[in-house]
Amino acid sequence: MTSPHEQKKRKVNGSVVVTANRLGDGAVVYRTVNDDWTTDLASAAVVAAPAAAILLQRAEADGVRAVGPYIAPVELAADNRVLPGNLRERIRLAGPTFTLPGALSA
Amino acid sequence: MYRYDEFDQTLVNQRVSEFRDQVSRRLSGELTEDEFKILRLMNGVYLQLHAYMLRIAIPYGALSSDQMRTLAHVARRYDRGYGHFTTRQNLQFNWIKLEEMPDTLADLAKVGMHAMQTSGNCVRNITTDQWAGVAADEIEDPRIWAEVLRQYSTMHPEFTFLPRKFKIAITAAGHDRAAVKVHDVGLRMVRNNAGEVGFEVLVGGGLGRTPFIGKVIKPFLPKRDILTYVEAVLRVYNQYGRRDNIYKARIKILVHELGAEKFAAEVEKEWAEIKDGALALDPEVVADVAARFIYPDYAPLEDNPPALARARKEDPAFAAWLDNSVANHKRPGYAIVTISLKPIGAPPGDATAEQMDAVADLADRYSFGEIRVGHEQNLVLPHVAQKDLLELWQKLEAHELATPNVNLVSDIIACPGLDYCSLANARSIPVAQELTERFRDHALARTIGRLHINISGCINACGHHHVGHIGILGVEKNGEEFYQITLGGRADEHAKIGTLLGPAVRYGEVADVVEDVVAAYVELRTRPEELFVDTVKRIGVEPFKERVYAAR
Repeated sequence: MTSPHEQKKRKVNGSVVVTANRLGDGAVVYRTVNDDWTTDLASAAVVAAPAAAILLQRAEADGVRAVGPYIAPVELAADNRVLPGNLRERIRLAGPTFTLPGALSA
Repeated sequence: MYRYDEFDQTLVNQRVSEFRDQVSRRLSGELTEDEFKILRLMNGVYLQLHAYMLRIAIPYGALSSDQMRTLAHVARRYDRGYGHFTTRQNLQFNWIKLEEMPDTLADLAKVGMHAMQTSGNCVRNITTDQWAGVAADEIEDPRIWAEVLRQYSTMHPEFTFLPRKFKIAITAAGHDRAAVKVHDVGLRMVRNNAGEVGFEVLVGGGLGRTPFIGKVIKPFLPKRDILTYVEAVLRVYNQYGRRDNIYKARIKILVHELGAEKFAAEVEKEWAEIKDGALALDPEVVADVAARFIYPDYAPLEDNPPALARARKEDPAFAAWLDNSVANHKRPGYAIVTISLKPIGAPPGDATAEQMDAVADLADRYSFGEIRVGHEQNLVLPHVAQKDLLELWQKLEAHELATPNVNLVSDIIACPGLDYCSLANARSIPVAQELTERFRDHALARTIGRLHINISGCINACGHHHVGHIGILGVEKNGEEFYQITLGGRADEHAKIGTLLGPAVRYGEVADVVEDVVAAYVELRTRPEELFVDTVKRIGVEPFKERVYAAR
């Protein structure tokens, strides 16, 4: 669950996406093939190195819509669904791993 | 409660306007993230895993009922219906949109609240004993000095860009409830041989990657010199503190590398230049600050009213809560009530908007409208008439605010961990939840006695794991959550860094290990009154290690 700062130093292996937080509300977003951002991991551009570096470079140039882009690992399920590649990314996608207090936690 | 003056209110309002402009320029793209980040951090806005987090200052942990209601309003209007009280007596909201941050801060400003200096390399929120002003064992009210320091350090131009953050805590009681020995500067109010009250000054305490207990560099500092001396400490740190390595930038590293004596000599040298200058405190200035604290108009009451004794006899659940959560007040007929924010199975330190409103109403009815936040992530009603305790307990019960586990094994301190925090390596909250389930039997918890479990999700130690009687630190090994366990730490006047028990264990094993450690303690203690931490001090960690690792 290495922090994104550390992840940047790591060699990119396997399938990855570029992810960030949306500027206006901090929501988790993923870079698409059309140089857009989506909250839907299934719509993200899934790439391998060296394409990841290019995708990240283009995402970094887009400094207004999203903040702090970095490369994150994903796994491809047998049915080709894209799944987060580690616990940190699973939590970013699905939220905290316990029931949130309060009635407005949806 | 302290009443802010017009100057404070103007400052807070102006800060909201300034930040509104900065947010607007960021959203339009006029400011880059690099340019904006330092500005948002100066206003307590972090970007976490899923959202922005806003950390709101609660100076020395004191809240009015109106302020608490405003926090409830913010939770409902801008967040997801709850907030998280922190180990520095602040409150964090986890889901506020940047777009709505200026409106959030404007609503908070209406009750004098803000988020200034809750982040960044500046002097942070001054913390103190949550029982300040009412503790039976205190020399005098430390909040007056916390307020003097707050006014001095707020937007201080010389100390806005220190090498790293700077945390000051102050206590005036014999028993340290403010963890002053693990702060950058710890101040203990003491009496000298002449009977005068002043400060014992400690520097260089801290947790994080390199934990240290603070060293005394001034056994007795007269009150008039508090600002000049703190300024001298800050100047020496500002000049010599390392800015080339973030991991070595805190004052504790400087004090460690120079040695406390050399550091103290540097401070004395600086202090000699300024001690009689403009910051030497005029008693009238202090009296003005003190006069802005409103003390309750206590009624003349007797201790131990007969109805309370009857209720105690009739209801064992009420008696258990009285024994656990109610403490002696300095005024006869009154009590200090701790409200546990650690119900079994819940995230430690969280309160829903409904609970915040309920506490505000109960504070108005039973505690002169005053609430405190403690660093253990619980709340306090500081002025409750003993005759009202039964009624208060019944109402707290109705809002799940009367769990009788204060200072017991399920009163766990935990940071937000990997469920929220972008720095974390491992989860903290689910570990705490599982532990509270394991120790949900209050009779068992009482048998175990005072035992503090502190959990951090990374080495930055927001969960104060180093000073937990049992400390739990989340680390990552090959993409998996592991946890190091330490024993024997403590944060009070006998502060000590815990000793590592052995190799880190997996997420699913933590609760089992803690249960084994606690079972070993119950067997190994010489008598029921020997606290866990005293047993560890007496026999070391080896007997616990054998017990835990032999079974695995």
